[in-house]
Amino acid sequence: MVIKKDYTNGLPDPSELKNEILAKYPRKVAKKRAKAMVVNDPEEQQEIAANIRTIPGIITQRGCTYAGCKGVVLGPTRDIINLVHGPIGCSFYAWLTRRNQTRPTEGEENFMTYAFSTDMQDENIVFGGEEKLKEAIREAFDMFKPKSIGIFSTCPVGLIGDDVHAVAREMKAELGINIFGFSCEGYRGVSQSAGHHIANNGIFKHVVGNDNRERTGKFQVNLMGEYNIGGDAFEIERIFEEIGVTLLSTYSGNSTVESFAYSHTADLNMVMCHRSINYIAEMMEEKYGIPWVKVNFIGAESTAKSLRKLADYFGDKELSAKVEEVIKREYAKVKAVADVIRPKVEGKLAMMFVGGSRAHHYQDLFNELGMKTVSAGYEFAHRDDYEGREVIPDIKIDADTRNIEDLVVEKDETHYREDLVKKKAELEKTGYTFKDYQGMMPEMKKNSLVIDDVNHWETEKLIEFYKPDVFCAGIKEKYVVQKYGVPLKQLHSYDYGGPYAAFGGAINFYKEMERMLATDIWKLVDAPWKHEPEIVGCVTADA
Amino acid sequence: MLLRHTTKEVKERKALTVNPAKTCQPVGAMYAALGVHGCLPHSHGSQGCCSYHRSALTRHYKEPVMAATSSFTEGSSVFGGQANLLQAIDNMFTIYEPEIVAVHSTCLSETIGDDLGQIVAKAKDDGKIPEGKHVVQASTPSYVGSHVTGYANMLEAFVKYFAFNTNEKVRQVNLLSGWVEPSDMREIKRIAEIMKVQNILLPDTSDVVDTPMTGKYEMYPKGGTTVKEIVSMGNSMSTIAMGEWCSKKAAIMLDNKCKVPFTMTDVAIGIKASDRFIQALSTAGKVSIPEAISEERGRLLDMVTDMHQYLYGKRVALWGDPDTLIPLTEFLLDLDMKPVYIVSGTPGKRFEKRMSEILCNKLPEAKVKNGPQADMFLMHQWIKEESVDLLIGNTYGKYIARDEGVPFVRMGFPIIDRVGHSYFPTVGYQGAIRILEKMLGAIMDKIDATTPEESFELVM
Repeated sequence: MVIKKDYTNGLPDPSELKNEILAKYPRKVAKKRAKAMVVNDPEEQQEIAANIRTIPGIITQRGCTYAGCKGVVLGPTRDIINLVHGPIGCSFYAWLTRRNQTRPTEGEENFMTYAFSTDMQDENIVFGGEEKLKEAIREAFDMFKPKSIGIFSTCPVGLIGDDVHAVAREMKAELGINIFGFSCEGYRGVSQSAGHHIANNGIFKHVVGNDNRERTGKFQVNLMGEYNIGGDAFEIERIFEEIGVTLLSTYSGNSTVESFAYSHTADLNMVMCHRSINYIAEMMEEKYGIPWVKVNFIGAESTAKSLRKLADYFGDKELSAKVEEVIKREYAKVKAVADVIRPKVEGKLAMMFVGGSRAHHYQDLFNELGMKTVSAGYEFAHRDDYEGREVIPDIKIDADTRNIEDLVVEKDETHYREDLVKKKAELEKTGYTFKDYQGMMPEMKKNSLVIDDVNHWETEKLIEFYKPDVFCAGIKEKYVVQKYGVPLKQLHSYDYGGPYAAFGGAINFYKEMERMLATDIWKLVDAPWKHEPEIVGCVTADA
Repeated sequence: MLLRHTTKEVKERKALTVNPAKTCQPVGAMYAALGVHGCLPHSHGSQGCCSYHRSALTRHYKEPVMAATSSFTEGSSVFGGQANLLQAIDNMFTIYEPEIVAVHSTCLSETIGDDLGQIVAKAKDDGKIPEGKHVVQASTPSYVGSHVTGYANMLEAFVKYFAFNTNEKVRQVNLLSGWVEPSDMREIKRIAEIMKVQNILLPDTSDVVDTPMTGKYEMYPKGGTTVKEIVSMGNSMSTIAMGEWCSKKAAIMLDNKCKVPFTMTDVAIGIKASDRFIQALSTAGKVSIPEAISEERGRLLDMVTDMHQYLYGKRVALWGDPDTLIPLTEFLLDLDMKPVYIVSGTPGKRFEKRMSEILCNKLPEAKVKNGPQADMFLMHQWIKEESVDLLIGNTYGKYIARDEGVPFVRMGFPIIDRVGHSYFPTVGYQGAIRILEKMLGAIMDKIDATTPEESFELVM
C-alpha cells in the first residue's frame, strides 16, 4: 500500500526534491533545469525559465514547430487541403491523431479525414522539391476542387531552399484559389509554440479580412484557442446559441477557412488558450480595433465567470438576464453531480504537465472537486503563461524567437472599429479588464512545484515524492505513469472521452475523476500470494 | 460520409500522396531498437520526429516507449548536429543509464549531411561513452524507403556492431523475426522451443512492449535480445531471415561479417509460409519436426475446412507492409478467398514480382500497387469502383470500412483503436487460426446484422 502524505496543513516544501532531481544531472544541465523549476509562492513575483531550448538527450514531452502549426492550429479546420511538403512521416503522424471533432453539413467540404503529402524522395532532396510541390497542388486541385490549400514545410524543405511561398503565389495565380504556405519546419523553434505563432501569422496574412460580410447577429464574437478536442467547442457553441450570441468563428475547433475570412467583423475576441492564439487576437485589435478578453470554459465556475464577462462587455440587460438564467439552470445540474462525487475524491492529489494553457485551466476543475494540485507545468508555454502578461516587456528575445516573423500590422482604415475602441476605454474605467491573463503561478498554492518542460527523470522523481492520485499529461507519459500504479488522464486527447468544456463538460470530468479515483482495480495489481508466506513444498507422496 | 471526397474516378498522380500506406524510416529504427535489451533509442533530428514516433508506438502498444532526441534548433540545422549528439550521448548515459544507445538519423540530419559514424567515434574519443556501454548508429533518411527500411537498417547496424565470429561454432540458429508484434516474437520462440532448436531471436520486443502491471516502472524491461546474445550470433550455424524487406540486410551482414549463411523465408503468416518456416527451422537446427507441430497444423487445417463456405470467393482489399502482405495474400488464396486489391506504400520491385508469382494462377486480375502514390486513397477508389467483402489492414481502414459498410480486420501497423495484437500472435499455425477467427468473426457479424429475419441463423 502506498502511504499517502497528509497535506491538510499546506503543501510540503519541495526544495529537497528539487535538489535530488538536479543532483542526477551533469552540471550544465542542472544549471538550466534549476531555473525551470520554481517552488511557488503566489505572494511573490517569481521568474521561471520557459520557452527555451530543450537539452539534447533529455526525454522531453515536446514536439516540433510543424506539429504546432499543422497539427494544432490548422488541423481542426475542415474546408482546406493541408498539404504537407516533405517526406511521408510528418503527414502520416498528424493524420487524425489529435481528436479535433468537426461537424460539416451535408455536402460541405471536409478534408480533415485525409492526409495529403508530397512524399519527398531522395531526388527531391538533391534536386529540389518545388516542381513536385507544384504538381501535387495541381493534382489536389484537379481531384478535390478545394477553395483553399495550405502548404506546410517540414525540416528538409527549408534546408534545401524550396520557396513554398513563391510556389504558393504562383499556384494561386494559376488556379485562382487561395493558396498559402507556412515555413513551419520542425527545427524553427524550441517547441510547438513557434508553430502556433507561424500559423497565426499565416492565417492573419492570407485569410482574415477576405470577406467583409454583413452582420448576422446582434452580438458577434470569435472564440480563440479552442480546438474542439472531444467536442468541447460543441458544448460552448450550444450555450452561445442559447444566449443569443453569434459565434462567427472559432480558432480553430469545428472551424472553416470561410469563417476565418469574416472573423474580423466580430465585436469581441474571447481567448481560451492564450499561448497558441494570442498573436491573432493582438493583430486583430491592431488592425481592426477589436478588443480581446481572456476567458476560460474549463470548470463550471470559470464558465459562469466567462459568460458574465461576455455579457458585461455588451452591457445588454436581456443578454445578462439570459446568461444568468443559463448559469442558474446549468449550475443546478453541475452541483447535483458534484455533490455526489466530491466526497469521494476530496483531498486527492493531482499533478499536470501539459500544453500551454490546459495545465492551468484544468486546476479549476480539480478545485471544484476539492482536489489539490501539487505540481504543474506547461510543455511549451512562455513566461507570460506562468507569470502573467505583465512580464512580456521583460522577456528576453533570443535567437529562437527572432526566427519567427513578427508581422507589421497596420490599421485598416475602412474596417477599423472606432466604436469598439471607445467602448473598451469606457469599460476599462469601470474596472473591466482586457488582455487580462495573470498566468498559472499566482493561482497555485504556496509550495506547489511549478516545472516547465518536465522530462522523464523529473516525472519519476515527482511520482516518488508526491505519490499523486492522478497525473495529467499526454500519450507518451500515460503508460509510464500508470506502471507505477498511478492513473494518468490525458489532457491532449482526453483519453478519447470528453467533452470537458463548459457545464456539461464539467459534469463529464467529475464523472471521469470518479471512475479513475474511486475504483478498486488498482488494488488488484498485487497478486494475493505476494502478501502470504510461501508454501514450503515437499516431494514425498504422503506430505 | 467520413471520406466524402473520394470518388471512383482514378486519375493518374505523379506527385501527390493521399492517405499513405506507409510512414517514414525512423519509427522502424525505434521499434527495432526496443527489441534489444537495455537499449535507449535516440532520434538525431528535430524533437517532433521523436515525439511522433514515440506517440505512434505508444498508441499501438499501450505501453511506455522511451526514446531521446537531439532536439535540433535552427542553429544546429545550419552548423550541423555534432554538438547536439555529443551532448545527448553524455546526458543519456548520465541520466537514463542505458546499456546501449541506438542512434538513428532523420531527414533533417541526413539533409545537412551529419555523419553519425564520425560523431559517435568522436563521442568515444571524448570519453562520453562509459566503459562497457555502447552507441550503435544507423542511417535512416525519411525520404528513402519506408518505416520497414528503417527497421532493416537498425537491425543491420546491431549485427554489424555486435555480432562476432570467434571461430567457435555454437549449435544455435539466428532468427530474424521481421517487423511483427511481441506476441509473434513470443510465438516464434515457442515454436523453436517445441522444435528444440537453440536460437537467438533478434529483435525481441516481447517483455518490452507487453510488460505486466506490477506497480513498478522499469525503464529497461527484462525483454529484448541481450548484447551477449547478439555477439554470439556471429558463431551461429546459420540464420533464418523472415521477410526480405525487414531482415535481409541483417542476414547479409551476418554472412559477410561472420560467415554465417542464411535462409531467406517469408514471415510465417498462413499455412504455406508457416510450413516453409518450420521446414527451414528443421533444416537449420538439424532436427526432425515433432508431432506437436504437425498437430497444430492439423488443427488449423481442420478449422479451414470446417469454415470454408464462409470464406470461399470473398473479395478482400489489403494494405500494409510487403513482408506481411506477401504471405497474407498467399494465405487468402489458399483459403479460396480473393485478395483483389493490394496496396503498399513501401517501394521495391520485388514486391510486384512476388505478388504476380503468387497471384498469377488463381487471381491474375488482382490489382497490386506499391511505391509512390500506392496509397489508401487509391485503394478506396478501387473499392468504390467495385466493392469488397473484407478489408485487412491498419486502423486507418476504419474510415473506409464505415463509409462502405465493409467488415474490417485489423492487421499491421499501427493498430490504435483495438487491443489484442500484443498478446495474440498472427504467425505460425496458431497465428493463422487467430487470423481466421478474426476474419470469420467480421464476416459473420455482418451476416448476422444484415440478413433478413426469416433467414437469421442460430448455427453457423
